[in-house]
Amino acid sequence: MSEIAITSAYERRAKYRPVTEDSPLARYALIATAVLFLAVFLLAPLAIVFVEAFSKGIEPFLAAFDDPDALAAIRLTLLVAALAVPANLVFGLAASWSVAKFSFPGKSVLVTLIDLPFSVSPVVVGLVYVLVFGGQGLFGPWLAAHGVQIIFAVPGIVLATIFVTFPFVARELIPLMQEQGKVEEEAALTLGASGFKTFLTVTLPNIKWGLLYGVLLCNARAMGEFGAVSVISGHIRGLTNTIPLQVEILYNEYNNVAAFALAVLLAGLALVTLGLKTFLEWRHADALSGSVRRH
Amino acid sequence: MTSPILVGKNARRLTAPSVIPGFGLTFGYTLIYLGLIVLFPLATLIWWSSGLGLSGLYAIASEPRVAAALRVTFFISFAAAVVDLFFGLIVAWVLTRYDFAGRRLLDAFVDLPFALPTAVAGISLAALYSPSGWFGAPLAGYDIKIAFTRLGILVALIFIGLPFVVRTVQPIISELEVELEEASATLGAGRLQTVLRVMLPPLAPALLTGLALAFARSIGEYGSVIFIAGNIAYVSEIAPLLIVVKLEQYDVAGATGIATIMLAISFAALLLINLVHAWSRRKFGRV
Repeated sequence: MSEIAITSAYERRAKYRPVTEDSPLARYALIATAVLFLAVFLLAPLAIVFVEAFSKGIEPFLAAFDDPDALAAIRLTLLVAALAVPANLVFGLAASWSVAKFSFPGKSVLVTLIDLPFSVSPVVVGLVYVLVFGGQGLFGPWLAAHGVQIIFAVPGIVLATIFVTFPFVARELIPLMQEQGKVEEEAALTLGASGFKTFLTVTLPNIKWGLLYGVLLCNARAMGEFGAVSVISGHIRGLTNTIPLQVEILYNEYNNVAAFALAVLLAGLALVTLGLKTFLEWRHADALSGSVRRH
Repeated sequence: MTSPILVGKNARRLTAPSVIPGFGLTFGYTLIYLGLIVLFPLATLIWWSSGLGLSGLYAIASEPRVAAALRVTFFISFAAAVVDLFFGLIVAWVLTRYDFAGRRLLDAFVDLPFALPTAVAGISLAALYSPSGWFGAPLAGYDIKIAFTRLGILVALIFIGLPFVVRTVQPIISELEVELEEASATLGAGRLQTVLRVMLPPLAPALLTGLALAFARSIGEYGSVIFIAGNIAYVSEIAPLLIVVKLEQYDVAGATGIATIMLAISFAALLLINLVHAWSRRKFGRV
């Protein structure tokens, strides 16, 4: 008797889906909607970059990189990232060390202020530095008198990029180091290690994947920043144009192939960043802060 | 014996005594760097706009061209955030609850708007929706123009805001308790009823936060919009672009005024997010 009841229960299970599952029809409709939406709004914009860049074949694509202005833009972009990313890396380490290893009044205010640059429009960032260093700005007359050029020059571009990418490393490291606590450091220090040695041999191995994660995102934004740099650079060809600005100029001159050829570099950078980011989230999820632990 | 630690120099210490070194160095560096790079320049903006005064700000905001740009920016940002809210919820639901081929890849691609430089997004959207583009050409057959109109701004802002909604809602969907669904079903609710009345309400704070984040980002967005917007004054000109225009005309006061208003809007959105968090902590016991 009980055997019959069991088989019929199994049969029923095969026939009826669990109450916590959506009907197949709803499921397919929702998957189709999501896939179609992502294909139209995310994948198509990415695909067209490559299609347009190679629309006239490989020769015109390569010719775009023969242009001295394009090469100067690439060099400047690398230089700006090489200055801005380490600056924010050092800051991220200092900020997370002080916030995670010590308690002091006003800590939550400090953490909020570190995130502040994310809520300021890139164009406003550019404007703010014009107000400080520009001709009509606070230090403008003094800088002009001493022959120091910040606006419409490389220092301004670097400063604006640092502002825009300011929180990336710190906001990844602070929650991570808070989760990890300070017991391991205290053990190392009481066993006689110096502060610096403790940082190098205890803290750094614990945070290396989170650090890499933050640096990746910081670098992608630093190389791709447009609005802030656009306001502050003055668009001087071969001197103060980064890759995104050069893309704009070429596009406005109806030089589509060259514009998209340079855009391929940036899209490639975005894809590499996404790939590494996904890899870190998948392979080293427990070494990243909880806020990014998703998979 | 404990009292000597608490008197003298230590009594005024900012932080409790600790075996871990480097507080002065790292905390000091953090404050100086934050102050020089972020706070001082922003304070300069506030100082400049305080020179304009409230009446000056109002005068700038009510210039017809500025008012039109602020309206366009505000309403289209909101519309884009609402579209993102709806589709972002579906995308987050599908990526968390269902398993299908390519799910992981799609999930990784949701972050594309974070990673793709805005200028690249701008020119590729313009190419897609221009009258000869992949989407522009078929739509032109139905007399729908997207590139170089307000619809173009909407499309660009939908692109920019999507990951904010998906990434805010996704973790909350994966934390939904199966027991609640089961209880609802055994108490006689249909599946739709369960989804609408048991599962969606706890998502409300995350959805609101995602909406506010997407909106705040859209207000300040520049690079992805200007290529597709057409930038016609009074019609499809966004506020950030008008800042650039004013700067090119050496109207620093005008640019400062618009920037101050935009900053106020995005800080209001941030405040809203914090209020939502406080409310959801009270109501649901978590963020």
